[in-house]
Amino acid sequence: MAWTREDMARRAAKELVNGYYVNLGIGIPTLVANFIPDGVDVTLQSENGMLGMGPFPYEGEADPDLINAGKQTITELNRTSYFSSSDSFGMIRGGHIDLSILGAMQVSEEGDLANWMIPGKMVKGMGGAMDLVAGVKKVVVIMDHNARDGSAKFIKKCTLPLTGVRVVDMIISDVGVFLINDDGATLIELAPGISIDDARSRTEAEFNVTKNL
Amino acid sequence: MSKVYSDAKDALDGILFDNMTIMAGGFGLCGIPENLIIALRDSGVSGISAISNNAGVDDFGLGLLLQTRQIKKMVSSYVGENKEFERQYLAEELELEFNPQGTLAERIRAGGAGIPGFYTKTGVGTLVAEGKEHKDFDGETYIMETGLTADVSIVKAWKGDKEGNLIFRKTARNFNPMMATAGKVTVAEVEELVETGELDPDQIHTMGIFVQRIIISKGLEKRIEQLTTRQREGA
Repeated sequence: MAWTREDMARRAAKELVNGYYVNLGIGIPTLVANFIPDGVDVTLQSENGMLGMGPFPYEGEADPDLINAGKQTITELNRTSYFSSSDSFGMIRGGHIDLSILGAMQVSEEGDLANWMIPGKMVKGMGGAMDLVAGVKKVVVIMDHNARDGSAKFIKKCTLPLTGVRVVDMIISDVGVFLINDDGATLIELAPGISIDDARSRTEAEFNVTKNL
Repeated sequence: MSKVYSDAKDALDGILFDNMTIMAGGFGLCGIPENLIIALRDSGVSGISAISNNAGVDDFGLGLLLQTRQIKKMVSSYVGENKEFERQYLAEELELEFNPQGTLAERIRAGGAGIPGFYTKTGVGTLVAEGKEHKDFDGETYIMETGLTADVSIVKAWKGDKEGNLIFRKTARNFNPMMATAGKVTVAEVEELVETGELDPDQIHTMGIFVQRIIISKGLEKRIEQLTTRQREGA
């Protein structure tokens, strides 16, 4: 009974704090917007130049001039503002965004992140990921705990080209939740049906376990 | 001298040459200068170094210039939507320089503002930092990035006036304002061209000083890459 993608997104939504400005990456992180807890008001930033991102438009109401960073059609809210890419990344690099939730191919036990390139295979580009991890106050990764071939993604040292060094503060995977800080990595929550031994056997990184688990 | 040209072909006349650097505004297919890209293709100019956040899709946007092999080099942050791009790059037929999106935006802003270089934390410890000057400020390490300019910038706006003042609409603004400042010659296409004085001076995003030539967009397709919608409740 490991966590599903929706479970991971729901768990990540608990990291949202009233008043936060938040940037959600493409993929599972986008789902977090569906689970914002009652009473928590956050403003979503889209790095192509929008603060205050609304839901998808109703059928027939999509506007080609209004997309998010995943190039999906969206809507505006009454708080929305639009701006240029340089203003947008001024917000990101200037430390004005509170939380970034993004995906990962690998995370190291020190919080290094690799999520943009597989040499010789995948040539897509880093987009805004390097700016986000360098500038945003708190970085949460949501990822499948293991790759499709079963290999570990939470490892001692990343083997893929890095997106940032010592940037990840938290990992939420189908196994559970790990905090990463100057003391190293700590398992703080387990998904239902997952034991500490399961977590260890599926992880290459060294981690501590919080007392109450 | 009037800045207003009759069409995209006319507006690019006399400013194109082989092996030139061109900046093209847009994010994905949102806010791209559609008419000017087609005119660029039809001009046959080759060896282009293109600075643009994305490379369009296979049959639209800058993808049109990849099909015809007019682009020699791309400076971009994300090209995942274009298979022909990936093929040409992996076959070493195309040079590619990936920039983090914020670094790209700031390099263009800096270039247009006469700033030759700046320091940023983005990319420290990654492939992006290789060969670049590192400098510490208050105990944090930064890398130096350089400003970018272009021989010609092509941008897309919503409204413009005959002085070249521009107003963008929603997220179609993206890279267009900075690119307008960084072109030796900037050509803008607009959906609506009004008489000078009709735009509210307080609402202008790009000032006419940055725009040398302007045209009205014709037959805009405004293609949507990912149409996402929701159901009406109770529907």
